[in-house]
Amino acid sequence: MQDDCITATPLFAFDDLTVAGVGHPRLDGASGAIPDDGVTVLVGPSGSGKSTLLRCCNRLEIPDRGAVRFRGDDVGGLDPLSLRRRVGMVFQRPTPFAGTVRDNLCVAEPELTDDEAATTLARVGLVTSFLDRDARALSGGEAQRVCLARTLVTVPEVVLMDEVTSSVDPAARTALEDLARELASGGVRIAWVTHDLDQMRRLADHVLVVIAGRIVHAGTAEMLGADAPVEARRFLRGEAA
Amino acid sequence: MSDIGWSGLALSLLLVAVAVGLSLRERLGLEGSIVWSASRALVQLLAIGLLLDVLLEPDVSIWWGWLWVGVMIVIAALTVRRRAPLVPGIVWLAVLAFAGSAAVTLGVLFGFGVFDLEIRTLIPLAGLMIGNSLAATVLVSRRLVAEFDDKREEVEARLALGQPADVAAHPYVRESLRTALIPQIETTKAVGLIALPGAMTGLILAGVDPIDAVQVQAAVMYLVLGSVATTTTVMALGIRRRLFTRDHRLVRLEAQAVGSV
Repeated sequence: MQDDCITATPLFAFDDLTVAGVGHPRLDGASGAIPDDGVTVLVGPSGSGKSTLLRCCNRLEIPDRGAVRFRGDDVGGLDPLSLRRRVGMVFQRPTPFAGTVRDNLCVAEPELTDDEAATTLARVGLVTSFLDRDARALSGGEAQRVCLARTLVTVPEVVLMDEVTSSVDPAARTALEDLARELASGGVRIAWVTHDLDQMRRLADHVLVVIAGRIVHAGTAEMLGADAPVEARRFLRGEAA
Repeated sequence: MSDIGWSGLALSLLLVAVAVGLSLRERLGLEGSIVWSASRALVQLLAIGLLLDVLLEPDVSIWWGWLWVGVMIVIAALTVRRRAPLVPGIVWLAVLAFAGSAAVTLGVLFGFGVFDLEIRTLIPLAGLMIGNSLAATVLVSRRLVAEFDDKREEVEARLALGQPADVAAHPYVRESLRTALIPQIETTKAVGLIALPGAMTGLILAGVDPIDAVQVQAAVMYLVLGSVATTTTVMALGIRRRLFTRDHRLVRLEAQAVGSV
C-alpha cells in the first residue's frame, strides 16, 4: 500500500481524516501521504473525496476527525494565511477576478512590479502584453494559466491543482500538464487531482488512489497497481465508476 | 387644517371599488386581495391611531415611546428573517442593525435638537427610519448571501492566495452595499421632481406652510438616507462575519437555504 519513494518526512501526511458530508462522509478515515517529490496525482472516481483531501491541505476545509501534517507540522497549528501562501491552489474552473491580468496578479502581491509580473507570466507561457488584458475576457485555458501565475506570485512550495484541465480545450490541457511538469522540475511540488487515468499516466511521479473517502492505494507511477486492493485495480483498469 | 372625517374616509373607499372593478373587468382575480389589503390596512392604521391617541396624552412617559420603537425593531428583524432566512442568527443581527441605526440617526436628530424629543416625534421618525430601511436590509442580506454562493470559488481563490476573510470578502460586500444603497440615493435625487414625498404631502394637506413642510421633509429624507446606509452596512459586515470562520474559511450554507435566495 505504501509508496516506496516516500521520504522520511512526507510533504503531506493524512492521518485518519474524516469529513462529514450530506448522506455519506466526503472523507472516511483517509490515511496516507503525499511524498515530498515531483508530481503526485490523486486519482479516483468523481465524488470519491480527492478534492476534499486537497482542500484539507491548505485549510479551506478542516476535518471533523484526524489530522494533516505539512512537512511534519500539523496544519491545524499553522497560521492559515501563511500556510496558504506556502501551499498554493488552482481550482477546477478558472477564477479570474474583475480587472486586468495585472490586477489579478496584484491581488496575490500588491507591491508586485511590472518586471516581476512579466516574469511570472512568462513562467506560465504568457507574453507581457497579457498584463493589460481584461482577465474575464480570456479563453478558459488562458484564464487558468493566469490563475496559476497568480498562485506562483506567492512563491509557493506546493501547488494544489484540483482538476484544473476539466474545463479547458485539449491544447490548453496539454499546456497546463507541461507547466505542472516544468514547475516540478524547478522544485515546486505538485499535487494534481484528476479522474482521468490517461492524464495520471502522463503526469504522475506518485499516485494516490482515492475511493469512497479513503486512500486505498499509493505507489510510484511505474509500480502502480502491483499490490493494489481489488477496488483500486478495478478503477485503474477503468472498470470502476 | 384638513379633516376629512369618517364620511371622507368612506368616500375614499370608492377608489378601492375602482381597483376592484378594474380587476373584475380584466379578470385579474385580485379582487379578494384588494379588499383584504385595504381592510387590513384600515384596521391596522385605526389600531395604531387609537394607541397613539392614548400615548400622545400630555402626561405619558417618553419610555412608552421607546418601548414602541423597540417593538418596531423586533418586528422588522423578524421580517428580515422571514424574507432572508439563510444566515444563522440573522434576527439578532437585524436587531443590532436597526438599533444601531436608530442610535445614530435619532441621536443626531434629537441630540442636536433638530426635533424635540417627545412621543409625537419619536414614534413617527423611528417608524420612517425602520420602515424605509427594511427593504434595503433584506436586499443587502439576500444579495450578499447570493454573491458568496455564486462566487464561492472566486472567494475561495482569494482565500487560497492568503487573503484574510475581510479582504477576500470586500469586493462582494461592496457590490451588495452598492446594490442596496443606489435605489435610495436615486430616490433622494428625484425627490420633488417626480412626486411630492409622503411627509411633505401630509403636512401640506394638514395645512402647514410649504416651506416649513419642505424643512421637515428634507430632515426626514436625510434621516432615511442615513438609516439605510447605517443599517445595510451593519448588516453586511455582520453577515460577512457569520459567513467566515475565525480561521478564514467560507462557511457552506445549506443548499436549501441558498436556493431560496
